[in-house]
Amino acid sequence: MAISPRYSREIPHRYRLEATKFKSGKVYLPTRYICPETGDREFEKITLNGTGTILSYTIIHIASDAYAKQTPFAIAIVETDEGARLTTQVVDCKEDELKIGSRVELIFRKVMEEGDAGIINYGYKAILI
Amino acid sequence: MREVAIIGVGMTRFGELWDQGIRDMFAEAALKAMADANVDKIDSLYVGCMSSGLYTYQEHIASVMTDYMGQRGIPAARVESACASGSVAIRSAFMEVASGMSDIVMAGGVEKMWDIEDGTFVLATASDQEYEAYTGVTFPGLYAMMARAYMHQYGLTREELAQVPIKNHKHSVHNPNAQYPFEMDMKTVLTSSMVADPLRLMDCSPITDGAAAVILCPMEMAKQFVKNPVKIKAIGAATGPIALHDHKDLTRLDAVRLAGERAYKMAGLKPSDISFAEVHDCFSIAEIIVAEELGFFDYGKGGKAIANGEATYGGKIVINSSGGLKAKGHPVGATGVAQVIEAVEQLRGTAGKRQVENAKYGMTQNMGGSGGSSVVHILEAQ
Repeated sequence: MAISPRYSREIPHRYRLEATKFKSGKVYLPTRYICPETGDREFEKITLNGTGTILSYTIIHIASDAYAKQTPFAIAIVETDEGARLTTQVVDCKEDELKIGSRVELIFRKVMEEGDAGIINYGYKAILI
Repeated sequence: MREVAIIGVGMTRFGELWDQGIRDMFAEAALKAMADANVDKIDSLYVGCMSSGLYTYQEHIASVMTDYMGQRGIPAARVESACASGSVAIRSAFMEVASGMSDIVMAGGVEKMWDIEDGTFVLATASDQEYEAYTGVTFPGLYAMMARAYMHQYGLTREELAQVPIKNHKHSVHNPNAQYPFEMDMKTVLTSSMVADPLRLMDCSPITDGAAAVILCPMEMAKQFVKNPVKIKAIGAATGPIALHDHKDLTRLDAVRLAGERAYKMAGLKPSDISFAEVHDCFSIAEIIVAEELGFFDYGKGGKAIANGEATYGGKIVINSSGGLKAKGHPVGATGVAQVIEAVEQLRGTAGKRQVENAKYGMTQNMGGSGGSSVVHILEAQ
């Protein structure tokens, strides 16, 4: 079990979708201090608008213990409209509705809880739009 | 830089080794390698291991291993690069011998994976813990997304993908150290339980206990110890993004391409010079993409080529003569070393019914995570 700073420090990215936009136009979630592709160090903080497109997806049938109660669940790699890439669960949909190219919106949801007495964790998940 | 040879190899059987702890397994492999090399003292040890802490609660294993293999006092270090840890141990040992710092250096790898229940959690720590694993995605899930992207982009069918584990299981039948040395048919693959759609259980390498060790020395000294040294012709290593979603193209593994390019350049060789390759088929799709990145097949053609028999005996190149990670087993920290042991046996001509005829150059490719790191070795028969 982790102590709360482990999660609270990620709140800007996970709750509010705060991302890093470099002068070159590249956008990353979470914070980076140097662009891994261009070496650019000049950036601004932006907030993602939360919409994007599925690049690939899977349905998880066997999960680690902390997520076992949620199976089966959908996971996708999404490129946001700003160009940031992220991995997220896709919820409130049927398996056959998922496609490469599907449009999604990121919403705020409960992600997992650390056992019966641990921290309850939140973050983004995607829904189809 | 001095030329470097492998003069001894040793490994445990791969499988569920309930009677052996992590130190027992490593001592067995290490002592077999020392006997094979005709040495009773080594100068230094590198041991590759992904996660002895999470799997067995034992860290500081460099000390444990030297103590239990009768080599107290020597310098030793554990190295870690997830599933590529074993190859990083060999690269570290290579640099120590090539530089002239030491003469007789052991590179080993070990993983004890059956002592805990939530192995899926441990393996997921090799992904981006905060931005991948936190969503609930598993390692099979990451490779499943590569598989779906590849199938979408190149039209690979589910049946063609199944040909990778079918081929590797066929190869494993003649490997006495393999965890699952039996043939498997299409129906078994396609009806095995779904793990992460589209990947089923029989697309996935297993949970395995095992250890492997090799002994390196300067090429000029090798014949003092053994008649059949094998030369490490080249090593290439590279890193890639930790998160799969940061790969520009989800059907590519840039770290593998970079590691391969560096190894070919160091060796002065090209893909067509390589007779056989042990590659990191942690999941069926991985072997296809890796074979393309190493230049054995064009992008998008690897899956169909493997399905058409181009990666087995009589084809363009023999890939995973040992049975690969899928059938031989995948004790993650030991895998890179075990791949090199298969290459050594092939180049010594002692691979028995698995023997690839007239092999001069063999390659191994080991990979961490979803392409976060990779190491490629090219070995040469003497």
